[in-house]
Amino acid sequence: MSTFSVLNTRAPRVDSPAKATGQAKYADDLSMPGMLYAAILQSPLAHAKILHIDTSKAKKLPGVKGVITAKEAGLVRYGVSPARYDETLFAWDKVRYVGDEIAAVAAVDQATAQEALELIKVDYEELPAVFDMFEAMKEGAPQIHDAFPGNLNAEVHQEFGDTEAALAGCDLVMDHTFLNKKQDAAFIEPHSCIAHMGLDGRLTLYTATQVPHYVMRTVAMVLQIPVGDVRVVKPYVGGGFGPKSEATPLEMSCALLAKITGKPVKMTYSREQVFLHCRARHQFYAEMSLGVMKDGTMVALRNKAILDGGAYTSFGIATVYYAGSLLGGPYKLKAMKYDGYRAYTNKPACGAQRGHGGVAHRAAFEQLLDMTAEKLGIDPIEMRLKNIMTTGDVTINELDMSSLGMKECIEAVRDGSDWVSKKGKLPKGKGIGMACGFFVSGAGYPIYRSDTYHSTVVIKVSEDGGTVNVLTGSAEIGQGSDTAMAMIAAETLGIPLSAVRITSGDTDLSVDLGAYSSRQTLMTGHATKEAAEHVRKQIVEVLAETLECDPDSITFTDGIVKFNGQPGNFEKIRTRYIKEHRGWTDPPGGEYLTFKEAARHAFLERGTLVGTGKYKPPRLGGSYKGAAVGTSPAYGCSAQVVEVSVDLETGEITVDDMTDAHDCGLAVNKTQVEGQMHGSLSMGLGECLFEEVKFDSRGRILNASLGEYRIPTALDMPNVKTIIVESNEPNGPYGAKEVGEGAIMPTIPAILNAIYDATGVRVNELPVSSERLYMALRKKQEEA
Amino acid sequence: MKVLIQITVNGEIKQAAVETNTTLTQFLREDLELTGTKHGCGLGDCGACTVLLDGKPVNSCLVLAVQAAGREVLTIEGLAENGKLHPIQQAFVDHGAIQCGFCTPGMILSAKALLDANPRPTEQEIRTAISGNLCRCTGYQKIVEAITAASKALQETEVS
Repeated sequence: MSTFSVLNTRAPRVDSPAKATGQAKYADDLSMPGMLYAAILQSPLAHAKILHIDTSKAKKLPGVKGVITAKEAGLVRYGVSPARYDETLFAWDKVRYVGDEIAAVAAVDQATAQEALELIKVDYEELPAVFDMFEAMKEGAPQIHDAFPGNLNAEVHQEFGDTEAALAGCDLVMDHTFLNKKQDAAFIEPHSCIAHMGLDGRLTLYTATQVPHYVMRTVAMVLQIPVGDVRVVKPYVGGGFGPKSEATPLEMSCALLAKITGKPVKMTYSREQVFLHCRARHQFYAEMSLGVMKDGTMVALRNKAILDGGAYTSFGIATVYYAGSLLGGPYKLKAMKYDGYRAYTNKPACGAQRGHGGVAHRAAFEQLLDMTAEKLGIDPIEMRLKNIMTTGDVTINELDMSSLGMKECIEAVRDGSDWVSKKGKLPKGKGIGMACGFFVSGAGYPIYRSDTYHSTVVIKVSEDGGTVNVLTGSAEIGQGSDTAMAMIAAETLGIPLSAVRITSGDTDLSVDLGAYSSRQTLMTGHATKEAAEHVRKQIVEVLAETLECDPDSITFTDGIVKFNGQPGNFEKIRTRYIKEHRGWTDPPGGEYLTFKEAARHAFLERGTLVGTGKYKPPRLGGSYKGAAVGTSPAYGCSAQVVEVSVDLETGEITVDDMTDAHDCGLAVNKTQVEGQMHGSLSMGLGECLFEEVKFDSRGRILNASLGEYRIPTALDMPNVKTIIVESNEPNGPYGAKEVGEGAIMPTIPAILNAIYDATGVRVNELPVSSERLYMALRKKQEEA
Repeated sequence: MKVLIQITVNGEIKQAAVETNTTLTQFLREDLELTGTKHGCGLGDCGACTVLLDGKPVNSCLVLAVQAAGREVLTIEGLAENGKLHPIQQAFVDHGAIQCGFCTPGMILSAKALLDANPRPTEQEIRTAISGNLCRCTGYQKIVEAITAASKALQETEVS
């Protein structure tokens, strides 16, 4: 039985009434008096020298209030990782992809801003461009950045154990290659921002971001104003999934135009611009070999990755590391070698997307695992169970699985899907497949090298004692962090959820690195718990002083104060409360002192009650190069079984059933955990079957719309069976850890393994469109 | 050149002078400040801007304000009455059908149009009715559950 009052329930989200009624304000819903509208001029060419930029006509257009180029913006280099700051706000020497930003304007209305863009004359000298990652790495390929010869943006070489020797000693070594496609995160809310600089020189941005903290730092650095003079406020955000985890040219342009014009400046990306800005999932090429013994024991993995990075680095260094490090588990290996390369190409930059860096290589590996099991004549589930890690295991690359319900997840989906009676027994054209995966529960290190706390939280109690306000810079982007934090605060203080208010997403409130790497439940959760404990301690101290009792005898539960489990003699406090609230309609009654009375009394004794909490992970991981990427205080894990029907005549695939089990530690909110699982499966299904950003021969996106870039609709998704597996994570607040990204890891390979089961065809390139599967089926027939 | 139009929005008659190329989305969001109608793509692909025009769901980004003249528009702001959530809204809240919330207004209005025309839809009919409303967060399952629950709740309201 759950010992919790608030946690581990299905409490409705705290923000859902506002969202259900249209009251919730997103960035584009905001406006300010005298606001100007901005627009960005983007390159029509994929690779070209900029010879000259003439903004004179645009500046003269009535209604135009500001025009900025690299001349005004300067050439401060920025990016995500300081090791690869390779962007400037505006291109100045050359453009590197169709969409590269050249100038921005602010005008009295949108139409004028657009018209002004057309009046900016840019003279280009077109350069040869390269759009394919393999071509980009060949000798003689067009050079995109002078500082990176061979277009090699990053390379990683890691080895744990002696992989070649281990492979040589194996009974069987199986090889596999895999290619996914460049993604778009396809959040429904386009990026949007309003910036305003007051007469005091202080800048405020209201922006659709996952990371107010990093936006604050980047904007301050690029505009060269003190960090303390920049405030970033995140209104409600309509989804992020990774690409909103870094400062955008949209935000920086608004900020600079606001500085120059002295007016609030707003800009919202069109859907096409969202595709151009991109920063979503890379294209990965995987080449791997798995060595095993006859009995199915896994021994060694050789893994090579090539990533198509696009024109800039964005999160790419972390991405190329993750593609290796996230194969360290959840199976035991004696040796692992990884070689990763990230190439620059003349396309929009790729970055982080749900399951950062891990999704494509996980898909490749879980297919390879099935291929190996088949060769050995072992059931794929048995093969996985034979090699699975459990709580307390440390991977060969030194990731500490401080809790790991992987085995329980596999057993849950095996039983939940009725695997045993289906595997190998389904009629022709029907198939069943499974896969596993895991993900970090918060990156172990910040993006910039720092000893900063990853999260701080302030909790302030209202003077009447009735409402507790959790103040945090953390980012609610739809995943439910506001509700999770409110629940953790309520549980810790022993008050109902209705007594907690949350104010979040504002850099003025606290430090929080934001919503990426599935970090907030664990990290912001810790800080929230500590802040609530701090508040609780102060109230207990005052009660103990006033009532002359032992502080340890005092407990708060469901808004009620107990002394040694009894009502105690609290008359003094109640009388005082009632005296100053004469005429009020809600005098406290009842047998027990209420939290509200206690908190009011504490206020009268000590002034405004404020509690603070903080969290940063301990030093994690090994000492090898790149050891930081993949480290986390905890890891969530997932197993999935997928059943498909394939029309063997046309290659059309229908996903009939999905069974998903995820170990999220303690499920803070069960409904929200399921919601993350459902969303992960949906995104994985789309990526597996439909999604691909396509380009023409000159680097222009062919399908920069949600009509032509197809994401799953309600008709594409089957009903999903979600099973929550709860472990007790020692490093998580109340034992909680991630669900938002681990849950996408098995989806693609589970579908691919099911397609193989249905057809006998192994597809190693995404998306598995009907056409691609049809061609593969035909090829197999021809070969036979 | 601006044209004077009159549209009934959420039961109230609104008069305004609009440019002939102003979309209904722009008119609602900018002229009337009804920002519950979301702008997601501007091409009729995502369904975030769905409103009911004479009871039928439309992508308001594909309707010109002048085309809505003389007609009735229901936006998400017109659904809750006297501070009380409409049963469909309540079901979305209760069933965890909302995550980021950006598709929610359009999704709820598509659901309303469905339930007005077909009070007891099958799951497939629900999925078809919201197939023009993209959601990237939920995988749709809890939305379908919420609409099913709302259908039952609305029938019980009618009986009582």
